[in-house]
Amino acid sequence: MSSHVQQSSRVQSRSRISKVVSSIPPSGIRKFFDLAASMDDVISLGVGEPDFVTPWNVREAAISALERGYTTYTANSGLPELRREISKYMSQQFNIDYDYDEQVVVTVGASEAIDLALRSIIDPGDEVLVVEPSYVSYVPTVRFTGAVPVIVETTRGTDFKLTARHIEEKVTPKTKAIIFCFPNNPTGSTMTGEELQEIARVIEKHDLIVLSDEIYAELTYSGQHESLAAQTDMYDRTIVINGFSKAFAMTGWRVGYAVGPRDIIQAMTKIHQYTMLCAPIMSQMAAVEALKKGLPEKDRMVESYRHRRNYVVKAFREIGLDCHQPEGAFYAFPSVKATGLTSDEFAEQLIQEEKVAVVPGHVFGAGGEGHIRCSYATSLEQLQEAIKRMGRFVEKHL
Amino acid sequence: MKQVKELLHLLEENSHVSRKTIADMMGISEDDVNQLIQELEDKKVIVKYMALVNWEKVEENDHVTAVIDVKVTPKRDVGFDEVAERIYRFPEVKSVYLMSGAYDLSVTIEAPTMKEIAQFVSDKLSTLDSVISTTTHFMLKRYKHDGVVLTDKDDDRRMVVTP
Repeated sequence: MSSHVQQSSRVQSRSRISKVVSSIPPSGIRKFFDLAASMDDVISLGVGEPDFVTPWNVREAAISALERGYTTYTANSGLPELRREISKYMSQQFNIDYDYDEQVVVTVGASEAIDLALRSIIDPGDEVLVVEPSYVSYVPTVRFTGAVPVIVETTRGTDFKLTARHIEEKVTPKTKAIIFCFPNNPTGSTMTGEELQEIARVIEKHDLIVLSDEIYAELTYSGQHESLAAQTDMYDRTIVINGFSKAFAMTGWRVGYAVGPRDIIQAMTKIHQYTMLCAPIMSQMAAVEALKKGLPEKDRMVESYRHRRNYVVKAFREIGLDCHQPEGAFYAFPSVKATGLTSDEFAEQLIQEEKVAVVPGHVFGAGGEGHIRCSYATSLEQLQEAIKRMGRFVEKHL
Repeated sequence: MKQVKELLHLLEENSHVSRKTIADMMGISEDDVNQLIQELEDKKVIVKYMALVNWEKVEENDHVTAVIDVKVTPKRDVGFDEVAERIYRFPEVKSVYLMSGAYDLSVTIEAPTMKEIAQFVSDKLSTLDSVISTTTHFMLKRYKHDGVVLTDKDDDRRMVVTP
């Protein structure tokens, strides 16, 4: 017993865990996961993944790959067939051309691609603009590289869109890169071609590299998704990150990709080669099938999200929560300010009193405070019941 | 037309959803939805609303289903339509399709017992003038019907809260 105590005090005096890792707080999402997981009959609007199972033809392709003995490593940058399909897909869907051999790297989920991209371009001390509210991994991933994350906050005032002014306010001579995600998790906001063109001018002016996380690109509900890389002068400074998780309901397969300028993609491939080697071959085979034959099924899923988006946004407004129209992803981001509760109080009391799980907006950055993220990737019946319960809850607190 | 198809798909998925919810999902007014549905009903595009019942879960269920391949001689001027009509008028006949291939009509029959189906085939179907032959297949189990899997639904395997 006493030796055990001694040991732990020694650990405290000289921490075994690196300073950078110790300095990063645990994700604020954890508390709500624990709460929701401890209760029965919770309706969860807190899930950041599709409610569809991967389409059968894609699953079947992976089963068949295993049966035929595809169990080996692949080329570091991914199966040539998959990279060819990705290159074709980017060209057909988003109008940007990439050489499959040198400008595409297949990664273990888009998350790995973000990490690789940052590590490829950052030196310690560089500043990276992180546009929030955003997915929870950006700031920690930036800090792991030794860079300084500088938060750029978008607000309800601009429907959580990024403007040139936002960037100008935070950019310094040390700023090397900017990372953002549109369609956005958690706000569902998107950027039109015109809006991208406006920020492109500032990006060009300050010579920034862009990590454009476009993982929700296919889940765009009015018009076509516009990629930053397709804007004037942006091709050579934009790393586009996408994957199969959201559009093809393939979260568990862990397969994503990055496309971009040759030198950066090659640098990313170098890190990937030494740290990951390659993405799992069966997931890559499934991804090939998704791009070759999965598009109609993808369109059907997108249509279903769009219907639920329309329903849920209108319903939030009807129960008294201000909610901007999210044009992409599968999240609504209503304001709870009318209730006088903080987003954390709202989320915690809501799950305790009405058993509906949502994620408080501050988890996605300080700018998300006053909002809650509600995923509508759940059945219409569940959404209707959730709205009923939330309506009751809001009425009590208005 | 795109709107009509969208509405039909939503109704086909679940016609039980309220008109207001359908209107909200489509982003149009409830009046528009009502009007569209009325037109579609008038034109018999929407024929009927019903429930998909899994009779296998009903105790003492008295449903035996058979699919019968029927070869017939088509008649001058009316082709297959006349004999098809003579068959589909029987209430125990649930569906009749004209098929390409080895036989002509695919007839689905439901009855309380196998004996009654056998009787229907020998007494009613085979005795029709144009019927040349019949092959009866009894249905043993229904896995999927009209695009719906009838076995119990898969659980939601997602974690309750994820970023």
